[in-house]
Amino acid sequence: MAALTIAAGTGNWFSALALGVTLLKCLLIPTYHSTDFEVHRNWLAITHSLPISQWYYEATSEWTLDYPPFFAWFEYILSHVAKYFDQEMLNVRNLNYSSSRTLLFQRFSVIFMDVLFVYAVHECCKCIDGKKVGKELTEKPKFILSVLLLWNFGLLIVDHIHFQYNGFLFGLMLLSIARLFQKRHMEGAFLFAVLLHFKHIYLYVAPAYGVYLLRSYCFTANKPDGSIRWNSFSFVRVISLGLVVFLVSALSLGPFLALNQLPQVFSRLFPFKRGLCHAYWAPNFWALYNALDKVLSVIGLKLKFLDPNNIPKASMTSGLVQQFQHTVLPSVTPLATLICTLIAILPSIFCLWFKPQGPRGFLRCLTLCALSSFMFGWHVHEKAILLAILPMSLLSVQKAGDASIFLILTTTGHYSLFPLLFTAPELPIKILLMLLFTIYSISSLKTLFRKEKPLFNWMETFYLLGLGPLEVCCEFVFPFTSWKVKYPFLPLLLTSVYCAVGITYAWFKLYVSVLIDPPVGKTKKQ
Amino acid sequence: MEKWYLMTIVVLIGLTVRWTVSLNSYSGAGKPPMFGDYEAQRHWQEITFNLPVKQWYFNSSDNNLQYWGLDYPPLTAYHSLLCAYVAKFINSDWIALHTSRGFESQAHKLFMRTTVLIADLLIYIPAVVLYCCCLKDISTKKKIANALCILLYPGLILIDYGHFQNIYNSVSLGFALWGVLGVSCDWDLLGSLAFCLAINYKQMELYHSLPFFCFLLGKCFKKGLKGKGFVLLVKLACTVVASFVLCWLPFFTEREQILQVLRRLFPVDRGLFEDKVANIWCSFNVFLKIRDILPRHIQLIMSFCFTFLSLLPACIKLILQPSSKGFKFTLVSCALSFFLFSFQVHEKSILLVSLPVCLVLSEIPFMSTWFLLVSTFSLLPLLLKDELLMPSIVTTMAFFIACVTSFSIFEKTSEEELQLKSFSISVRKYLPCFTFLSRMIQYLFLISVITMVLLTLMTVTLDPPQKLPDLFSVLVCFVSCLNFLFFLVYFNIIIMWDSKSGRNQKKIT
Repeated sequence: MAALTIAAGTGNWFSALALGVTLLKCLLIPTYHSTDFEVHRNWLAITHSLPISQWYYEATSEWTLDYPPFFAWFEYILSHVAKYFDQEMLNVRNLNYSSSRTLLFQRFSVIFMDVLFVYAVHECCKCIDGKKVGKELTEKPKFILSVLLLWNFGLLIVDHIHFQYNGFLFGLMLLSIARLFQKRHMEGAFLFAVLLHFKHIYLYVAPAYGVYLLRSYCFTANKPDGSIRWNSFSFVRVISLGLVVFLVSALSLGPFLALNQLPQVFSRLFPFKRGLCHAYWAPNFWALYNALDKVLSVIGLKLKFLDPNNIPKASMTSGLVQQFQHTVLPSVTPLATLICTLIAILPSIFCLWFKPQGPRGFLRCLTLCALSSFMFGWHVHEKAILLAILPMSLLSVQKAGDASIFLILTTTGHYSLFPLLFTAPELPIKILLMLLFTIYSISSLKTLFRKEKPLFNWMETFYLLGLGPLEVCCEFVFPFTSWKVKYPFLPLLLTSVYCAVGITYAWFKLYVSVLIDPPVGKTKKQ
Repeated sequence: MEKWYLMTIVVLIGLTVRWTVSLNSYSGAGKPPMFGDYEAQRHWQEITFNLPVKQWYFNSSDNNLQYWGLDYPPLTAYHSLLCAYVAKFINSDWIALHTSRGFESQAHKLFMRTTVLIADLLIYIPAVVLYCCCLKDISTKKKIANALCILLYPGLILIDYGHFQNIYNSVSLGFALWGVLGVSCDWDLLGSLAFCLAINYKQMELYHSLPFFCFLLGKCFKKGLKGKGFVLLVKLACTVVASFVLCWLPFFTEREQILQVLRRLFPVDRGLFEDKVANIWCSFNVFLKIRDILPRHIQLIMSFCFTFLSLLPACIKLILQPSSKGFKFTLVSCALSFFLFSFQVHEKSILLVSLPVCLVLSEIPFMSTWFLLVSTFSLLPLLLKDELLMPSIVTTMAFFIACVTSFSIFEKTSEEELQLKSFSISVRKYLPCFTFLSRMIQYLFLISVITMVLLTLMTVTLDPPQKLPDLFSVLVCFVSCLNFLFFLVYFNIIIMWDSKSGRNQKKIT
């Protein structure tokens, strides 16, 4: 209490924002939680009660450990606190155990770990150059950025309602980005390496890190026209970077290498047996592809081009089953998605190499990597959109063009998270929080860039406004219509296709702006 | 207002907090045979929907008044009826006569919570927003911060959305707030209409009636009783009578009907106080069992005298010098007098004091925040019974942080900002060394907060000794009562010394 008084009493808006959102998180404790809650409880139990050699073999629960070793160690440490709350949750056989103390412990562990996220946001705010500092506090880019990050709708509902530990992982990522901005490259690389061993989904943005560090850190100088000066290559820096990454990996994977379990660990980490799309289609390119296939098959049936007997039955309930069989268009293999992803990432990487624009260029490349892999990846989860939204927030407060892309991306991306929460008591929460974040982000960025051209053209405005009627149709009108029984998947399908359009558009627009942007800072570091 | 979006954000935050609190348990959840206030509200829907108006307030085989009989004015009953129609549309089991008694389900909880949210959204929240927009002499930013603090006031949120008050406070307080808004913006007729609705929704709003009466009377006097003032007086009287008649229309068929409703509204035979209330009588009860010593009618007279005497000075002052600032402070002190001294007070009635305190938040942020914290604390035993500890702590901290950051209250403790300048000047005429007032109040605040935190910790962690099972709740009431007494003195000082400073300033300028 006293600490609170001091922290808040200094008129420090940042701590007030952080404390405010922490309290909101505490209020969300009794809300619905998904099976991920059981997943993490199970991991607590596995790491607590079994020897390391068993961690990646244990399969009592269907929710086997499929995160890299650091995360397992993290659960191991947590479990030693958990035993003071409720010993029973640490029993591997206690499936679906959720006493009120377990709930409290798990929820509080997420809230507590978010301290790292808050610190990272604090560091990120320092990196924003406050050129356009207005008189009003609420119009400062730093203030806006910290609200956008701390009160991020996606993080709130994914971590504190749906239940996951994304907060501190994104904290690590933002912190490493902030370190790169502050020219503390080694630290940044170290943090990112650690992050990779917490959750391997961040591999998607690894190319951006690798190329940026190689280009802007290992090459110490540029030619006057901004192109590379080959003789400025610093071996010391490459070796020290390599050493950092190697040491972190050794620490993480070493024990399993010694146990000769690496293949097993990797088979757990990369389960390619799952389908192209998640149970609910993430709003990406494949959602559009699937929808096109559906439309074509319906048209084909109507016009008698297709034989109804040849159409697999499961495809009619798609959106609810894991496997989706295409009827007209060719089916997609994991390899194809991998190639598509690589092709999509490559131009941004080239851009980073040939037109280095300092940390800002890196950040845009990182966002593009995240977004491209979201667009074309195999079995992408809709939550992965946060990987693009959070770094993009940093860009949005500095340039009007980025701000408009950011707003389209966030609004549609966040809306696409709605199906995660499908229970009635959480319906008002998600709508209120979404409105809260969307209204704030749009209005504050509009105020920030009020002197420049309007952020949206009429088409974009129309599209974003369309989300409202879509929500009304899906959640308020549809359940009362007769289609509810016949086409239960329709709201999900509509949501994901509608959002896929917006996200594809944002992706495309960001790509264009990155590619045509003239290189700046040519004379830097001469 | 170019910052409209911030106001929207503030309202959304208020709504989010309200809804998240409502996910917690409510009073009497799963506790047969009587359940709690939640069941009372549901029961009224059942009664009003299934029985004709004439039987609502009468004991009968279909309407057992011992089991949560309707004991609020007609508007409440109409509201219940309205909710009942919606309930009937969704699931008629919820309001079936007799069989629905003690009905509980997840869907029903959701429905009940939604009715509260809708009532709040329609009446209380617009009033708060409009009130803050109409505040004079402060910047837009301050207005928004003020709205945030009022909307985050934990007492109201916890009682309406957690405990589930058997009468929606947000409706009665919302109407009262519309009344305040109307009267202080010189739309006197609308204001008095809104306030009549408030009284007809919840009879406890009578706590606020004297300041309204005095303020309007004072206005009439000011305009001259022979000219415009008289016209206004007649108009006001007509409005009040008309709105009362409208609300009570179905009960005018028989004299017995009205008398029965009145008997239900003012249950004199229920005693000086019930449960644990942070008022004088309950706290005094620790030393002397008044309830057992004195006969009932003496208790009644005694409490009436105390109440009347304690609010008399402020009311007279308001009639003589009607001003909208004085009106707000008189609302506070009158409601507080009623809470402390009157007969049959509920612990939840403190909300009636908190509302006017919220209105003066921007004028005396330090003292108001302090009072609002104490008022929430005084509800602690009730909230603990409903297992609302977690939301109580969280919302209280959120409210505190909101107040501290938006008003930086700790820098506003000078005599001037406490509005005690003229008081201390007049005291210094006799006692020149009286310069420690501001520091004293700071220390008192510190002591008060520390006691509250400690008592909360003790109540939560320790088991009371077997001989004194109510030890902690009595302590909570006692401490809160002491605080309230201090506040009563403080607010009366502000009221009594207010215009002197005004006159002085006029002389200077």
